[in-house]
Amino acid sequence: MPRALFEKTGNAVYISHLDLMRLLQRGFKRAGLPLTHSQGFNPRPSVSIALPLSLGVESRCELLDFQLEGTPVPNREIRDRLNEALPEGVRILEVYDNGRKLKELTLLESLVILEYDAGVPEDAAEKIRRLFSGGEVMAEKKGKKGPVQQNLIPMIRRLEIEACRDDTLVLSVLANCQDPALNPGQISSAISLYLPELRPDFVRYLRREIYDTNVDQFR
Amino acid sequence: MTDLKHRILPTVQKPARYTGGEWGEIKKDLKDVRVRVAFCFPDTYEIGMSNLGMRILYGVMNGMEGVWCERVFAPWGDMEEAMRANHLPLWALESQQAVRDFDMIAFTIGYEMSYSNILNMLDLAGIPLHSKDRPGLHNIVFAGGVCAFNPEPLAAFVDFFSLGDGEDITVEIVSLYDRAKAEGWSKEAFLREAAKIPGVYVPGFYRHEYHEDGTLAAIIPLEGAPQTVTKRIVEDLDNAFFPTEMIVPSTQIVHDRANLEAFRGCIRGCRFCQAGFSCRPVRRKSPQVLYRQAVRTLEHSGDQEITVSSLSTSDYRGLKELTDQLIPYCAEQRINLSVPSLRADNFSRELMEKLQTVRKSGLTFAPEAGTQRLRDVINKNLTEDEILNTCAQAFSGGWSNVKLYFMLGLPTETDDDVLGIADLVYKVIRVWKEHASQRKKGLRIHVATAYFVPKPHTPFQWEKQITPQEYLRRCRLLKSHFYSRSIEYDYHSPDLSRLEAVFARGDRRLGPVIEAAVRNGARLDGWDEYFNYAKWYDAFRECGVDEDFYTVRGYDEGELLPWDTIDVGVSKEFLLRERRRAYQQMVTPDCRHGCAGCGANALLKEVACDA
Repeated sequence: MPRALFEKTGNAVYISHLDLMRLLQRGFKRAGLPLTHSQGFNPRPSVSIALPLSLGVESRCELLDFQLEGTPVPNREIRDRLNEALPEGVRILEVYDNGRKLKELTLLESLVILEYDAGVPEDAAEKIRRLFSGGEVMAEKKGKKGPVQQNLIPMIRRLEIEACRDDTLVLSVLANCQDPALNPGQISSAISLYLPELRPDFVRYLRREIYDTNVDQFR
Repeated sequence: MTDLKHRILPTVQKPARYTGGEWGEIKKDLKDVRVRVAFCFPDTYEIGMSNLGMRILYGVMNGMEGVWCERVFAPWGDMEEAMRANHLPLWALESQQAVRDFDMIAFTIGYEMSYSNILNMLDLAGIPLHSKDRPGLHNIVFAGGVCAFNPEPLAAFVDFFSLGDGEDITVEIVSLYDRAKAEGWSKEAFLREAAKIPGVYVPGFYRHEYHEDGTLAAIIPLEGAPQTVTKRIVEDLDNAFFPTEMIVPSTQIVHDRANLEAFRGCIRGCRFCQAGFSCRPVRRKSPQVLYRQAVRTLEHSGDQEITVSSLSTSDYRGLKELTDQLIPYCAEQRINLSVPSLRADNFSRELMEKLQTVRKSGLTFAPEAGTQRLRDVINKNLTEDEILNTCAQAFSGGWSNVKLYFMLGLPTETDDDVLGIADLVYKVIRVWKEHASQRKKGLRIHVATAYFVPKPHTPFQWEKQITPQEYLRRCRLLKSHFYSRSIEYDYHSPDLSRLEAVFARGDRRLGPVIEAAVRNGARLDGWDEYFNYAKWYDAFRECGVDEDFYTVRGYDEGELLPWDTIDVGVSKEFLLRERRRAYQQMVTPDCRHGCAGCGANALLKEVACDA
């Protein structure tokens, strides 16, 4: 099954996971690349996205598995034809065969961009570094049966202050993305909870790269 | 730093409704643009983007050199709250720029219950509500759509109305504006010239006077305005503009599929139906053109479903030819073809079965009335035998879901007619027992009743609406006769239809009521989540306006009607004749069985009525 690496940026970050599936299905159709369909009463085109992305989050590393029917089309051509047929913000970077098994995808590198309208508070970087070097940072996560408390520390492989400008503090976080997964939103809610003086005015998130357990790039 | 709007977007429901950027969106370079039009739909994105009329006119206006038309929708409550809290004025999707910076503000109005949204959107945009408070050419507000056929409740707010099919008249209006702006005309000069365009109605050029009993005494044209304004029609739909390159929303909308308009007008003449009269005469599109447009639309959109729409698609003469071409194409492309509005009386088993090869949908009938007597009164030419025969065919073909839609409060309706609905439903159940091929699934009959709303430009435009109490009594009476577990009965709450009735036949004295209701917080009235009659009740009391005057009073045949200025092509004599026939329980055959002489064919210059 071929796999596409794609990015979701700009206004496309406000497209929900289910809407994105529909958008991609239509994109394939517009590109003249017929997808195989599921069996059953209500056949659905076969596309699946590896890690559903929360609304509002930008990503440079989304994976899409799909299956085409009919005459084979070279991967580069699939990429180019799809890009001609997709709206702004959704861009296919690469199409390739023999993608790795998704269960080997274990780590996700995210940027957590904290915005402070009155400027980044003093010692913010140091305080955040100290908070996450401890043994326990609890944060809530929406579970299927309501909110659950999770300790973030065991899920975090690495947390760094990547940049600290006048009014923005950028954290890069390498953390588990499957069983259990850390949601980057938990990082900022933990900061607001443990370090109320560092509660940001706004937070943006970006998925930068995905890795296997040995921190080798996952494709 | 992230700007305000982008900080708000992640906090509201379905933010993709507010960003634009969809496939097929039209963007222009501002340096090539002389006239900017903010095309507003007075409801949410999901509703507005499902509207074919808006899509057509978006294409028409953007097809004009020097004109950029952008879309604007009503924000959902959470977004409105955030906008007001942060002083963020309403913006258009394409450029994301404030609506108040646009030259022209256009509304398409298909439903009376969106009047609050019109005012609320102007308010959110920071544009003065009253026409008189917008002195210049900037922010000219105009409106079209079915509700423009009685525009009086909006007369104080909208500078002018565009009546009928918009393909040609919109170009004339925007071109005139282009010239007016270039030559620096005053607003009055522009409106005077606009009023000369056939189909343009400028309410400010008419004075309404009332009798002491509240009825209309006179409508006096000023500034040389015509006594009546006749709606515009497109005669040749084959050569009319149709947008095959449409916007494909990135988020799910109500009608999330391609839409093909088979023809305009209706040969039926159901006496309650506003569209059936006000969209006359019948003009068809050839199946060849439709097929070509279908393929092009589907190729451009990537949609997996297409619907052939019209007021009564079975009456489309080219239906067989069209579906013979479309069905194989859709099957090959794995596209689901749906053909709604098929009539029971010529619902061919053949077409039903062919459509089934793609996907099977439910069976829906709108007998509207429970007895043949009352169906004759309303001229709904659908007999019980036709319904039961079609059900029998469908049940033996494996269908097990039926929806039946009725109205309560129709003229001359008695309790026998109400209980006739229950009789008909039980007959459908009996037919299922005799014919069902898939018994295991069981039968589901969904029955819904609506509260009859008399509409302008119909033979029932003079009728009384029954009181909400009486409507509810009839609903309960009917409900007490439904025992079977197969039946699911829904009846609409009367408040919304009562209000719809007020505004459908309303006059200028309702303007202050809409304004007061919006001040009280009325908006998104078409949505259960927001509709609150109390806000309207208070507004009526504040303004000293009695709802009953417009609803249960009924209008006298000799009375001057607020919409008498508007000519939709169907003559008042014809409507009166039809009203008489209704009371005599006389059916008027459909137009294909003989012209009933409605008068709408006089609108045609180049072709004959295609009824």
